Amino acid sequence: MMSSWLKNWFQSQKQTRKFHPFWIVLVVMATLAVGGVVWVATYLFKVEEAPAVPAVVSSATPGQDGAQSDNLPAIAKPSPLSVEQGGVFSPPDPEDIPSGEFGDVIRLGKNIFTDTQTYASAYVGNGLNCVNCHLDAGRKPDSAPLWASFGMFPAYRDKNKQVNSYEDRLAGCFRFSMNGKAPPLGGKEMIALTSYSYWLAKGAPIGVALKGRGYPELKQPALAPDEVRGKGVFEANCAICHGADGQGTLVKGRYVFPPLWGSQSFNAGAGMSKINNAAGFIQANMPLGQGGSLNLQDAWDVAKFMTSHERPADPRLAKK
Amino acid sequence: MFHRKSTRFEPRQRYADTVRLLVLTALTVFANGWVSHASADKLAGGVLAQKGGAGITACLACHGANGEGQAAAGFPRLAGQHQAYLVKQLQAFANGKRKNAQMEPIASALSAQQINDVADYYAGLPGWKPTANPVASSPQTALGFKLATSGNWSKGMPACFACHGASGEGIAPHFPSLSGQISSYTRAQLKAWQAGTRDNDPQGLMKSVAIKMSDEEIAAVSLYLENPALNGKVK
Ligand code: HEC
Ligand code: HEC
Ligand code: HEC
Ligand code: HEC
Repeated sequence: MMSSWLKNWFQSQKQTRKFHPFWIVLVVMATLAVGGVVWVATYLFKVEEAPAVPAVVSSATPGQDGAQSDNLPAIAKPSPLSVEQGGVFSPPDPEDIPSGEFGDVIRLGKNIFTDTQTYASAYVGNGLNCVNCHLDAGRKPDSAPLWASFGMFPAYRDKNKQVNSYEDRLAGCFRFSMNGKAPPLGGKEMIALTSYSYWLAKGAPIGVALKGRGYPELKQPALAPDEVRGKGVFEANCAICHGADGQGTLVKGRYVFPPLWGSQSFNAGAGMSKINNAAGFIQANMPLGQGGSLNLQDAWDVAKFMTSHERPADPRLAKK
Repeated sequence: MFHRKSTRFEPRQRYADTVRLLVLTALTVFANGWVSHASADKLAGGVLAQKGGAGITACLACHGANGEGQAAAGFPRLAGQHQAYLVKQLQAFANGKRKNAQMEPIASALSAQQINDVADYYAGLPGWKPTANPVASSPQTALGFKLATSGNWSKGMPACFACHGASGEGIAPHFPSLSGQISSYTRAQLKAWQAGTRDNDPQGLMKSVAIKMSDEEIAAVSLYLENPALNGKVK
């Protein structure tokens, strides 16, 4: 369409004898000039943003009670390089995972992530799947999406006082959130999960904390979080799916709604067992399909209620 | 049990066995009778469904001889639906929480016992099974498959199957079965939630999904759910 229009224009210009080949030179020069300005601007902007990167990592404060947390910054400035519509990075659609050998490994990674119980059962010690806390197959902003994490490693973590690779980070969720054991570094599961994350992060910048990373940091509530009020919030909003006893809903041996506490849930070393992570996750994502509907106080109260229940012990404490 | 030394008591032993057998048979017969007595409400429900009752049109006139629904008229399938869900909807038609000109008078005429009976009957009928010739794969059903299994999170919409069971069979008691449902009925319900004319869902859970859907998505997912056997076949 465009090209035929151009041809017509070209023709008419020729006919009216207004056209001179010098126009072409002029257009090319103009394009180069505009492009140059844009390029210089991006470069300047990037340099300005660079110091923020180490700050992201070093802003972490020592994790309380040894709980798993990256203490992510509230919401980082979206990078000019990653910004899509609305300022949130949009990862590719899993439907478009390529065919071929690499595609197969990416797909295995997605399967492990969404159905950990089947595809990595040897490394799981509870009834959960990765996707339970990282919604939309690890794609949803504000539920610790994989695309926002991949480019942030290696990174120093207070949790184990050393620089962690991305695989180390995955291992953390296996050990604590899944109450299991980490698959071997460089093994099939790790490679598959890393490949899937890499694929989701296509086009995302390295070392820039993207908007939507981690769970949102909520403001402190007006009243100190309270278990009793939290119980009321739970019964009114959560019990229909997670069960009045918080043990989830089991159908044919699989959890259709995951358990929030008890032997089949995440352990006491997991990030979700920290009230601030739990409140952030819940406010942004629960009840399912109604993210953002709970008010600040209710979110903290119900998080308090959830995190004060019994769950498997922190494996680090058991070893000592 | 049979010691060698007790061989000479064998006839007596056999006699005892026969008595035991008789007692067992009697018990079984009795138990059977008792059980079928307990499920008599299902039978009564069946009679109501097939023949109707005082001031009650037979359900089969609209919902089909086996509760399979009527595609042309958009009358829903009831066979295999969860008992508790059917009871809830009949009560809702009766007390005005769910509006429908055809169902309101019928549900209002039913006693609490009859509601239980007829719900029991329909819940006990065989549920939907994939047909041998599933609807041909089309871009529309591919979109429906995607919505049912993955949702559309760019709009904050979870997968239908996250709440309605891994293959749409529902999660009793609150989340009804959707698979095999007449597509025009499913479409009408989604539109009713959008318009606010259906609002009896717990915690507004279904409404928050329906209001996020485009017309195209509603059409595609309704068509898909009518025969979700396509699972593996659609890319
Ligand atoms: C019980 C909930 C839960 C489950 C299940 C879970 N995670 Fe996590 N995950 C978390 C929490 C909490 C964090 C920390 C987020 C934060 O600090 O904001 C996290 C962080 C992560 C991160 C780092 C995110 C970032 O932005 O750096 C990755 C990667 C990750 N999880 C992968 C996995 C994998 C793989 C699995 C399954 C093997 C899994 N998770 C299962 C709760 C969970
Ligand atoms: C409509 C059903 C539904 C309701 C209501 C609901 N959830 Fe969930 N919840 C889910 C599902 C499904 C998941 C797993 C998400 C996934 O795998 O995609 C989940 C995951 C979670 C998780 C992370 C996984 C785990 O087991 O720890 C937490 C925490 C949670 N919900 C808390 C809540 C709280 C608190 C409420 C009430 C404010 C609530 N949910 C209401 C369905 C629900
Ligand atoms: C005149 C036709 C007609 C008759 C007779 C009829 N129904 Fe219905 N029924 C409908 C229609 C139409 C709907 C859909 C209502 C709507 O669109 O909300 C419906 C819906 C229902 C629903 C809700 C289904 C769902 O999935 O939510 C139940 C339950 C039901 N009918 C039970 C019965 C029973 C039991 C009888 C017999 C006692 C009966 N119906 C007789 C027309 C009829
Ligand atoms: C967050 C949970 C949730 C999700 C996700 C969900 N539903 Fe529902 N849905 C419900 C609940 C709860 C009901 C029961 C409403 C009632 O009790 O009246 C329901 C009822 C329905 C009904 C009425 C069934 C009948 O027989 O009348 C239809 C149709 C339906 N859902 C379609 C869908 C479709 C299509 C999707 C995906 C696009 C979907 N639902 C996703 C919770 C959900």
